[in-house]
Amino acid sequence: MKTAVPILSRRRFLAYSAGAAAVAAAGGLGWYDLAERTRVDPLPPGTGVLVVVTLYGGNDGLNTVVPASDSAYQAARPHLAYAEHEVLDLGEGLGLNPGMTGLHQQWTAGTLAIVRGVSYPQPNHSHFRSMDIWQTGSPDRPLPTGWLGRWLDATGADPLKAISLEPVLPPMLAGATTAGAALPLSGLVLPKGPLGNAFVAMGAPADGESAPQAMAARAITDLHRATQALGPAVTDTSATAQPAETTKGRAGGGLAAQLEVVARCIETGTPPRVYSVSLGGFDTHADERDTQQRLLTEFDGAVSAFLTRMAGTDRGRHVVLLAYSEFGRRVAANANQGTDHGTAGPILVAGAGVKGGFVGRQPSLTDLDDGDLKPSTDFRDVYATMLANVLGTDPAQVLGPGRSTLPLLTA
Amino acid sequence: MRRLLQRVGLGPRPGELDAAATAGFDATLAALTTPSRAPDAGVVATPPPSFPPPPPVPGKNDLAARRALLAQEATQSRQLAIWWLDRMAAVEQPFPERLTWFWHGHFATSAQKVRFATLMYEQNAAQRRLGGGDFRALAQAMIVDPAMLIWLDGAGNTAAHPNENLAREFMELFTLGVGDYTETDVRQAARALTGWGVNVAAGTSAAEPRRHDPGPETVLGATGAFDAASLVDVLLARPASPRFVAGRVWTRFVSDTPPDAATLDALTTAYGPGHDVTALLRAAVGTPAFRDPASVLVRQPVDWLVGALRALRLPASKLPAAALQGGLTGLGQVPFHPPNVGGWPAGASWLTTAAALARVKFAQALVTAGDITPVADAPVGGRVEATAALLGLPDLTARTRSALAPLAGNPPELVAAALASPENAVSA
Repeated sequence: MKTAVPILSRRRFLAYSAGAAAVAAAGGLGWYDLAERTRVDPLPPGTGVLVVVTLYGGNDGLNTVVPASDSAYQAARPHLAYAEHEVLDLGEGLGLNPGMTGLHQQWTAGTLAIVRGVSYPQPNHSHFRSMDIWQTGSPDRPLPTGWLGRWLDATGADPLKAISLEPVLPPMLAGATTAGAALPLSGLVLPKGPLGNAFVAMGAPADGESAPQAMAARAITDLHRATQALGPAVTDTSATAQPAETTKGRAGGGLAAQLEVVARCIETGTPPRVYSVSLGGFDTHADERDTQQRLLTEFDGAVSAFLTRMAGTDRGRHVVLLAYSEFGRRVAANANQGTDHGTAGPILVAGAGVKGGFVGRQPSLTDLDDGDLKPSTDFRDVYATMLANVLGTDPAQVLGPGRSTLPLLTA
Repeated sequence: MRRLLQRVGLGPRPGELDAAATAGFDATLAALTTPSRAPDAGVVATPPPSFPPPPPVPGKNDLAARRALLAQEATQSRQLAIWWLDRMAAVEQPFPERLTWFWHGHFATSAQKVRFATLMYEQNAAQRRLGGGDFRALAQAMIVDPAMLIWLDGAGNTAAHPNENLAREFMELFTLGVGDYTETDVRQAARALTGWGVNVAAGTSAAEPRRHDPGPETVLGATGAFDAASLVDVLLARPASPRFVAGRVWTRFVSDTPPDAATLDALTTAYGPGHDVTALLRAAVGTPAFRDPASVLVRQPVDWLVGALRALRLPASKLPAAALQGGLTGLGQVPFHPPNVGGWPAGASWLTTAAALARVKFAQALVTAGDITPVADAPVGGRVEATAALLGLPDLTARTRSALAPLAGNPPELVAAALASPENAVSA
């Protein structure tokens, strides 16, 4: 995947890390002195938090929010379509995939919004280009920064404000001067003693160092701060902290395990305001029905458990979860009971403060663009709504002028 | 010289950096990239694993048998990854493995979907056999490679109902790059690739004429009754193709900064009508940009690990299995498990906080199992230098030098810290 490279700003870099790690290196301060100097304040109660779920591979929107009563849907997908009685009714002739029982309960409770027909002008059918467009928020031209990376740049350039739960940073969190931090799913504990002190000291900036080497050093300092701020939440070994069954054998950990760490961080008031989690495997060119339903069941189980847990706490009630994929799929099935790359798909937005219901028009199944759905909603308007109403930032600072917000939140 | 051994090789073993410095850059490059007739003791010592033929597919309701099969497949794919790391750590002539690793990231295929370790190994062997020669032969092998046909749904792409996946990714990611073709070209190319099937037990693929679309197709302006081989020829004849392949080589071997037009011309000239991968690579490494101090590359996790294994004379299989698997997963790169068909990222996205933590933990396991006598045998006052020499590090910054100095009395911790240093995270 093409990945944006954040550019290091020497000035910000010095301002940020010289005070802590360089002092430790020069003065031989120990670990705990350093801990005191890099203490991070907890998030004030009532602060909005955004959790972004990326579904990699191009999730088939038409078998997620299913137009089961539309005869054109049944005709286009003879072996792939769900019957009307199989889907979980949403009204307006649509139903959720049968694997999504937990989110159907959220829908009934009025805490799930479904934005329909979401894409951008002239949709691109390449996974990599389209995911790049979604993560940078820039359909017109390639940008080296992600939309939440630019939000980091615009709001104080603190890498601890946006966290990824995967070892490799998603381009979404790379800004021009700041990149979000990445956390492991367990064991956020640094070596102690002389090795630990040496390791921390190597996080200080050094004269004449190349930009990549300086970034490697800065990651060590960011790691140290992240360990101070988030270590106890990540390394919690209570009963609920056991990784879910689905995490086994998957690099980066399953979605449930990622959201478990997010939930603990949020409940303990740690500083991040944005979390990025993901689930892959949605590129269903063959044998789609079983594969996608299994993935959506995993998605539903992880997300609805997280939402239920969040609804039970004061901090959690200010959490909004957004789930998207880089494109939907072709309306007609292919020979392998799968579907090829398509265009528009639904975005799901959920949380205690979300105004449940449909937003945006459901694309027609007969008025197609060369076999593909015609989009009705621009994804950047969903981002603008998250920036304005969850993160309290002017969307124009991140997305440029001219975006509108959507009625997705109650407040 | 350090760059040469790290990027064209797989990182120096003890003593190799000095030997290369004596021989000089050009002689070292020539020696690295010229196949030797003498058998490689490292290859002889690391025969590939052989796997029993897959059992019959269990019934849909036989959950115990299905679980057992999944567990067996996971074990075999781990064995295959450990074997390859052992091979990379052991070889005396690292260039064939370096190229195989490059092509694994280029034609990125994952055991997660392919499942059969034998097919993954056969693809790996084909990349090793063909990776240094004519790119046309490699591309023609890959487009009908059994693992590739499973990975990109080429098996099941039929005249009656084409499946676009293989055709699209072959153009976008393997031969041309995004933007040199239209959606119509994708759909036409998919027709040319119809009819292929995989025989898993035999490890072979074959075209079934009944399921092949007889055409004619029009792809990128060329019209004919194309099949897999002739489609590859159409794609490789595009002017964009040599530039695309050269760009991929450049990014992984030379620099994040794209080559200028004149350099790109020189590279495609070296590649030439014979699509000569080794000539292209020699040309790229011979450019001034390769020696430019600014051409620093971030090391991928497997590069970082293999460099450490070679320096510490440590086979991957001697590491505790949990440390190896957990380390690779924590760093985000497991051989035979690329995240998607685009392969692994290059550059700064590896330099995360999580990776910094994974490196220091992995480093502790590496020094426990590895051979650090070149450091332990050095006088205490010379151990920081001995460590830098052992790991092939560039001149250390004052920061790192003063951070490491207090560890001179404890060689394992000294080497572990140096493995986790910013200097060792990049190919400087």
